[in-house]
Amino acid sequence: MAIFINETTRIVVQGFTGKIGSFHAQDMINYGSNVVGGITPGKGGQTHLGLPVFNTCKEAVQQAGAEASIIFVPPAFAADSIMESADAGIKYCVAITDGIPTQDMMTVKNFLRRFPKDQRMILTGPNCAGTISPGRAMLGIMPGHIYLPGHVGIVGRSGTLGYEAADQMKRLGIGVSTSVGIGGDPINGSSHRDILEKFEQDPETKVILMIGEIGGPQEVEAGLFAKEHMTKPVIAYIAGLTAPEGRRMGHAGAIISSAGESAAEKVALLKDLGVVICPTPAAMGDTVAAVLAAM
Amino acid sequence: MDIHEYQAKAILSGYGVKIAEGGLAYSPEDAVQRAREIGGHVWAVKAQIHSGARGKAGGIKICKTHDEVQVAASELLGKRLVTHQTGPAGKVCSRLYVEAGTEIAKELYFCLLVDRSSERIVMVGSAQGGMEIEELALNNPEAITKIYIEPAVGLQDFQAREMAFALGLEAEILSHAVKTIKGCYRALRDLDVSMLEINPLVVTGNGELVALDAKMGIDDNALFRQLKISELRDKTQEDPREMAAADRGLSYVGLDGDIGCMINGAGLAMATMDMIKLAGGEPANFLDVGGGASAERTEKAFRLVLADKGVKAMLVNIFAGINRCDWIAEGVVQAVRKIDMQVPLIVRLSGTNVEEGRRIIAESGLPIITADTLAEAAEKAVQARNEVVAKAAALEI
Repeated sequence: MAIFINETTRIVVQGFTGKIGSFHAQDMINYGSNVVGGITPGKGGQTHLGLPVFNTCKEAVQQAGAEASIIFVPPAFAADSIMESADAGIKYCVAITDGIPTQDMMTVKNFLRRFPKDQRMILTGPNCAGTISPGRAMLGIMPGHIYLPGHVGIVGRSGTLGYEAADQMKRLGIGVSTSVGIGGDPINGSSHRDILEKFEQDPETKVILMIGEIGGPQEVEAGLFAKEHMTKPVIAYIAGLTAPEGRRMGHAGAIISSAGESAAEKVALLKDLGVVICPTPAAMGDTVAAVLAAM
Repeated sequence: MDIHEYQAKAILSGYGVKIAEGGLAYSPEDAVQRAREIGGHVWAVKAQIHSGARGKAGGIKICKTHDEVQVAASELLGKRLVTHQTGPAGKVCSRLYVEAGTEIAKELYFCLLVDRSSERIVMVGSAQGGMEIEELALNNPEAITKIYIEPAVGLQDFQAREMAFALGLEAEILSHAVKTIKGCYRALRDLDVSMLEINPLVVTGNGELVALDAKMGIDDNALFRQLKISELRDKTQEDPREMAAADRGLSYVGLDGDIGCMINGAGLAMATMDMIKLAGGEPANFLDVGGGASAERTEKAFRLVLADKGVKAMLVNIFAGINRCDWIAEGVVQAVRKIDMQVPLIVRLSGTNVEEGRRIIAESGLPIITADTLAEAAEKAVQARNEVVAKAAALEI
């Protein structure tokens, strides 16, 4: 099962023929993802990496049966590409692009809400490393070889910190059902809570590791959801104990701007909600192992 | 990116928001000249720094004569003002805004910002202006009104009226209040403003609604399409190291500790800093070198971290994804050879081609301390830092 993607998911790449798009499209193909083509407006009809190029997302859906898309389009045009994929009937979209203006993301979210929920495209990112269901499909820019297939769901804002978690788990022989990057921006396609909901429904996922950070309300909202609606254990690590207030720590969304947004406050609130806390970032693997052992 | 009060006011004025007459001054003579031009008998001389709470820090002076303006300006120019928003280092004032004194009948609070939870613009107002909104939220949350704006249709008149009534404004100025509120919203939408705070928004003795202060933050991600706003950047208000880093495409935040850090990825960087703290140390900086950590970029990052003379040990933690550990190792070896490193260096590599990367470091013959795991890296960095401090103490004795 896994969530969002598996070996049969038909994938198109938006921003296919660019340098970054080409590199990662090839990497995804090498991993075994079912990439069926790409979209570059004006280059429709050409062949790239042995696959068809389409002018529009609609054509990719109609002619290649595209179900999922990944976006490597520059920030100024990325919101438009996301809305194009939603309009074309893509079911799941990953936006890798870093630097999309916040107001553009507000427009995107508002556009997505126009669709009835059962027809609404799910978006993860922007500013993320993508999604991987190990051994099946990769829709992202992560190093696929660091993930073992297994039963732990990972959801996180950061790319490399997610890799660190997967690597710690691999050293202990623990595998991953799906790892989802939700990205470091203040307004993103899916929240921690949205992904927890998917993992709760996935029979293959037994526990979930949530990797959060300072800024915004999403980790605590996810904790509330876990307490009220989940049967599976949720483990969390919140990065940014040393982050000063009011300073942006790399990610556009990683800034403590109001009460409850610091790492210490989030940890305290999550603990109260019954989430298992990783005491240190070096103990993410061990904490997951301990929770699995106790099941 | 933040802009100054006088810049924000000039923008708002163009959107129909009333402001007091004022002018910019770079010297006490300028300031007196501005006061003369404005006329009247009372002026406010206001330090232009990127921070709120300037009044409490002594950054705003009310003057009744030209001599007082001259004295106030001399005092403020070049002065380092410390507020709770600037941090202990404070910010140096190099520009003044001289403004006509305003007779205040009532002080209000008004703000527009992006609300991350609802993913909408929220309008926040209170009839109890003048004080910090955080304090008010804590002590008297009922006194705050929040109105969420539907992005598809934008701010509607009825919402602006609702806010005006919540602010306790009289019917006589209702239409002007609606114009003011809608003007603020249009400025926010047109210019990719992520936060606009007017504190205080005042009702004057003449019954006019005037923005007495204005604080504006612009979405950095949108600066590519806000070229005129980009030009308002005042580099003197930003940390020179952070500016240098941004110019080199690196993301850097200076902190108070003494263990320098170079890490790829913002989350891993924060986690590594947490690990340093948990191991008993304090990070000197946040530094995300990003995905493509080339040799050139690595060297720049090293120079940036080591420009902080307080750094007593440096920790490099790279998780190579698209990158390869052997490339990074070569970059680190090259950087260390070029730069005369005076402090111990701890390197932890992980991910793609890690064995090859470790071999390059080991065979370089350089005194680089290596670590396999995140925990080991942080412990070794703190230990190395402690040894440096102990040695320095022994030398002093």
